[in-house]
Amino acid sequence: MPGQDGERIVTSESGIPLKPHYGPDDLPPAADVPDPGVFPFTRGNFPTGYQGRLWTLRQYSGFGTAEESNERYRYLLAQGGTGLSVALDLPTQCGYDSDHPDVEEEVGRVGVAIDTLADAELLFDQIPLDQVSTSFTINGTAAILLAFYVAAGEKQGVDRAKLRGTIQNDILKEYVSRGTWIWPPRPSLRLIADTIEFCATDVPKFNAISVAGAHFRDAGANAAQEMAFTLMDGVTYCDEVVSRGRMTIDEFAPQVSFFFYTHGDFFEEIAKYRAGRRRWARIVKERYGAKNEKSCMFRVGCVAGGASLYAPQAHNNIVRVAYEALASVLGGVQSMFTAAWDEPFALPTEESTTLALRTQQVLAYETGVAKVADPLGGSYYVEALTDAMEAKVIEIMDDLERQGGMVEAVEKGYLHSLIADEAFRIAQALDSGARPVVGVNKFVTDDAAPEVEGFELNEKGRLRQLERLAEVKRSRSGADVTATLRALESAAANDSVNLMPLLVDCAKAYCTVGEMVDVLKNQWGEFSQPVVF
Amino acid sequence: MPARVLVAKPGLDGHDRGAKLVARVLRDAGFEVVYLGIRQRPVEIAAIAVQEDVDVVGLSILSGAHVALTRKTHDAMVAAGGDDIPLVVGGTIPQSDVPKLRAAGAVEVYPTGTPLEQIVASMNELTAAAERS
Repeated sequence: MPGQDGERIVTSESGIPLKPHYGPDDLPPAADVPDPGVFPFTRGNFPTGYQGRLWTLRQYSGFGTAEESNERYRYLLAQGGTGLSVALDLPTQCGYDSDHPDVEEEVGRVGVAIDTLADAELLFDQIPLDQVSTSFTINGTAAILLAFYVAAGEKQGVDRAKLRGTIQNDILKEYVSRGTWIWPPRPSLRLIADTIEFCATDVPKFNAISVAGAHFRDAGANAAQEMAFTLMDGVTYCDEVVSRGRMTIDEFAPQVSFFFYTHGDFFEEIAKYRAGRRRWARIVKERYGAKNEKSCMFRVGCVAGGASLYAPQAHNNIVRVAYEALASVLGGVQSMFTAAWDEPFALPTEESTTLALRTQQVLAYETGVAKVADPLGGSYYVEALTDAMEAKVIEIMDDLERQGGMVEAVEKGYLHSLIADEAFRIAQALDSGARPVVGVNKFVTDDAAPEVEGFELNEKGRLRQLERLAEVKRSRSGADVTATLRALESAAANDSVNLMPLLVDCAKAYCTVGEMVDVLKNQWGEFSQPVVF
Repeated sequence: MPARVLVAKPGLDGHDRGAKLVARVLRDAGFEVVYLGIRQRPVEIAAIAVQEDVDVVGLSILSGAHVALTRKTHDAMVAAGGDDIPLVVGGTIPQSDVPKLRAAGAVEVYPTGTPLEQIVASMNELTAAAERS
């Protein structure tokens, strides 16, 4: 955009104006950037950075049946992956069983189908659940999947207190950008608070929630919006738990984590993570009066890729992901997933997924970037940009407060319209060339798109899934199913009861996901999305 | 009277950035857009298409289930008496699936990366053809 004197004003992708260069006058007060490991953690949560502990290299994977996914997990662990990340199919995410007539073509497609505890047992067969950490990208049905994980662990003889992992469990962003909602916001918040309490008391090494900005980002939000919306969601969940008066912030905050996309504006992404860490630390201390500094730590996972990848000249995506992964590490993330270059076309192949993992391994073991904590700390530019990013985040959060908070902003469609506007602005910038993308609007070639195989759904696998579900329904005790579902339904009507122990009972009685979801729908109804474009 | 285009996402996939973008660009280009949003059942899409007398039905699918969902929507449109309404599909679609989508009833396919102006031009052609017939 032109400035007053006709000169071009250079901005970051979030619209932060940039100077031609930065100097000592741009540095923030020393209290804002103490050493790594010191509140407010701008420079990282730990004094030794990645020397103390490397980030977790976590690849999102899972498809087809539980047996097929189990095989893929064991392969990834053997290749040096250090945590599992479970992708679930959409019926499981939206609360439908595999035999529901409306979901036939989606069973086992974008992830694994889990209908009952029997599937969860198979999924983790020969994987010692006291030794791996498992991250579930699950929201609407997160509480149910957590119940399955606890029950599957117990079947292996692993006490729930030893289980490690994360459920995404962030419903607010589903209403706006990812779409796997089931019930309306208010009962959903109650269920989320139930899982947070349950993890604090029963599953202390498990992250009850991963508040995710990534999906806002992929839907069109810029980096500052992504961070601001996500912190507001985090505040909404913490408010819900604290307002019950049963638990203090210090009892559960260490089990709250966050999740973002890292896109292409290198320094802005680094600043985003540093600013987010500082802002969250201050919110937890100032808003909730946290006494334990661990509660104030902003623990963050990320994905490099997503909407920052493009179909034309698709191999360029390998380079993009590598730069994004570097920005993530310089920003101090705790875990990372690197997307495969063929993601804009299809589910990745084993070859492209392995290359994406290797990208992280080269970064971690060859480049030396993990040797020193926060290597960019003190950079005039990075510190100034961190400040500017934090200011922008505060401004957006204040605006959302004025709208009545996140639930209101969701119900009114306000967030939907902010994101749609930004997505439209980005599309125009791509069209006009104002945002240059190699192979898309610059250095364009007319090479044919690379031939990528579509993922053929394994029809045999789907039938096997249906058979297993039918077999489970035949062999389980009908009386146990009825009794546990009835108990769940009556507890759902009473806000003061924590539903998690009842869901674990349902899981152990081999109730299906759909049965549990329907019982809760009877009590709570269904969400209907505002239509804004 | 402006041509009417229905935009919907069948199935369970919630990635609606592309669908919303296309809806907005078509609206700006002078079309009347009936935007249904995500998680629409094919029979409902077909019923609304017929009831609202739209000129084109556009589906956006990113889950990989495009062939099955296109076929289902096409069949539902035939059953609802809307077999004369052209059906178009966009999303995460490998080139190798384009012929399969045409066989399933799509008259145009817009894989990821299709320029927005190309979609507008294609809509203009489809609705002009509908007016002539």
